[in-house]
Amino acid sequence: MSTVEHTPSESEPDAQKWVEVQASDDFAQLKSRLRKFVFPVSGLFLAWYLLYVLLADYAHGFMSTKVIGNINVGLIFGLLQFVSTFVITTLYVRHANKNLDPLAEKLRNEIEGGGK
Amino acid sequence: MNESSPILNISIFGVFVLVTLFVVIRASRNTKTAADYLAAGRAFTGPQNGIAIAGDYLSAASFLGIAGAIALNGYDGFLYSIGFLVAWLIALLLVAELLRNTGKYTMGDVLSFRMRQRPVRAAAATSTMAVSFFYLLAQMAGAGGLVALLLGITGAGGQALVIAVVGALMIAYVLIGGMKGTTWVQIIKAVLLIAGAGIMTVWVLGKYGFNLSSVLGAAVDAAPKAGEKLLGPGLQYGKTGTSKLDFLSLALALVLGTAGLPHILMRFYTVPTAKEARRSVVWAIWLIGIFYLFTLVLGYGAGALVGPDRINAAPGKANSAAPLLALELGGPILLGLIAAVAFATILAVVAGLTITASASFAHDIYANIIKKGQAEDKDSEVKVARITAIVIGLVSIGGGIIANGQNIAFLVALAFAVAASANLPTILYSLFWKRFNTSGALWSIYGGLAVTITLIVLSPAVSGTPTSMFKNADFDLFPLSNPGIVSIPVAFLLGYVGTILSKDKADPVKQAEMEVRSLTGAGAEKAIAH
Repeated sequence: MSTVEHTPSESEPDAQKWVEVQASDDFAQLKSRLRKFVFPVSGLFLAWYLLYVLLADYAHGFMSTKVIGNINVGLIFGLLQFVSTFVITTLYVRHANKNLDPLAEKLRNEIEGGGK
Repeated sequence: MNESSPILNISIFGVFVLVTLFVVIRASRNTKTAADYLAAGRAFTGPQNGIAIAGDYLSAASFLGIAGAIALNGYDGFLYSIGFLVAWLIALLLVAELLRNTGKYTMGDVLSFRMRQRPVRAAAATSTMAVSFFYLLAQMAGAGGLVALLLGITGAGGQALVIAVVGALMIAYVLIGGMKGTTWVQIIKAVLLIAGAGIMTVWVLGKYGFNLSSVLGAAVDAAPKAGEKLLGPGLQYGKTGTSKLDFLSLALALVLGTAGLPHILMRFYTVPTAKEARRSVVWAIWLIGIFYLFTLVLGYGAGALVGPDRINAAPGKANSAAPLLALELGGPILLGLIAAVAFATILAVVAGLTITASASFAHDIYANIIKKGQAEDKDSEVKVARITAIVIGLVSIGGGIIANGQNIAFLVALAFAVAASANLPTILYSLFWKRFNTSGALWSIYGGLAVTITLIVLSPAVSGTPTSMFKNADFDLFPLSNPGIVSIPVAFLLGYVGTILSKDKADPVKQAEMEVRSLTGAGAEKAIAH
């Protein structure tokens, strides 16, 4: 971990460098790996949450159907929102550690001149 | 025997204050630069920051409020916690790491990165301070009700005094400890809160043979009026078509608001790297999720063991469900502990809000707008932040005393709605939409802010009904208490239209810099070693 206080003027790459890196294949790869995961997954969990909210809001009878003892469909659906949140969190961390971090680190070292 | 003991409650809270003050003073020894004061030297680890985020996020509203809502309204209370939790996925997937990589101290850093600095910073600071102030006011006013319940102080004067003491303590924490001290207070409080809720949860479950179904059954038996309806949705929000729509609107603001709350965003700057920011969110998600599972048991447990009649008869009504459950389970000592945790909760959350608002003023307005960037990272920036913290503290003490006893739920709804309408669209557009420009940013921030506040002012939360802020006036032209369903799409649209209509083509070089920095972490602010 770098522990030097950041001084923008001395080690800052110039403007051209940012444009170059943005146009590079590695960066395009990193960007697409990030977006291909976060955009669809965000759409998915928002849709799943919205479905749940709409059911809780407009399908009281269905949600109140008892399944086991006093545990009803609504409670199971609600707990599944917890499960899906935990699962997505874990999947994203695995994706980021495996597919995003190494590429980001490589690009970062290139930009910062092989690390300080 | 089973009586609340105000002296015991105050003593336990006093011990908490002494311990945290000691920690804050120790933590402040290394606070020298602006990065120390405003971002804790960026030296917290992901897990530490994750616990602090949970401490910042789990306000008294979500502990006492949700447990109470479940106790009285059953399933509808549970719905809140789900929105509050799922919201974290937006922070994890779309915001936390990119924000950490591009910003320094405030939300304004990110929003103004590739825009014209001064107008966008002014807008970001306005919205940061609006959200923080509404949230702060709700917490301070809530403290009044809590005092009545826990310390047996029912007079307006006595409650005002306690609000002032809470405010003064909060100012002390922020002045002495800065971000580092505040973070430690939040960590200590989160550990106490989650441990306390966990012990009570196991206790409640133990009474019912560790069978959730039996807890639910007992809650139904104890509530003859609501009966079986307690277990399904609709008790609170299912009455009319309007109330159902109101709930949908609230659900949207909850899920989209969290990732736009400035005091949450600022926490991501206290860690050294984006990877640690990611770890913080992961820790926060697990802790917050587990905590909300506890509140589900506590809420129904309070319904079963205390019963809705006693909860409704207590001062503070729904908010008293969790403390009364503690009294029922463990007598005055457990109540004292839970009461102290509840106070600590208010204290930690208001301290977090105060440092956020003061950082935004010092960094965005003073250092970058008034001094045009010349004062950035200078001692004067920290000095201005400290002075602002005192001013905000005094204003919120005054506001809290005035708002004491008011219907404050709408203030929290307002804070989330503004965060979801003014902040989130602007953050997402500036991170992910190349074409987005200064004009679009101003339209979405000011537009989102204006639409949200206007709709709230015209809502039944403010006038026209017996529970309104102004009971005798009647200008509730907008039927919903929660504006999100209108204001969020409108703000997204305004950001789009504002961008398209402007001739400003957005600076492609700055856009390249922002995008590369946000994804790779190159040139990001580093941690400071002492």
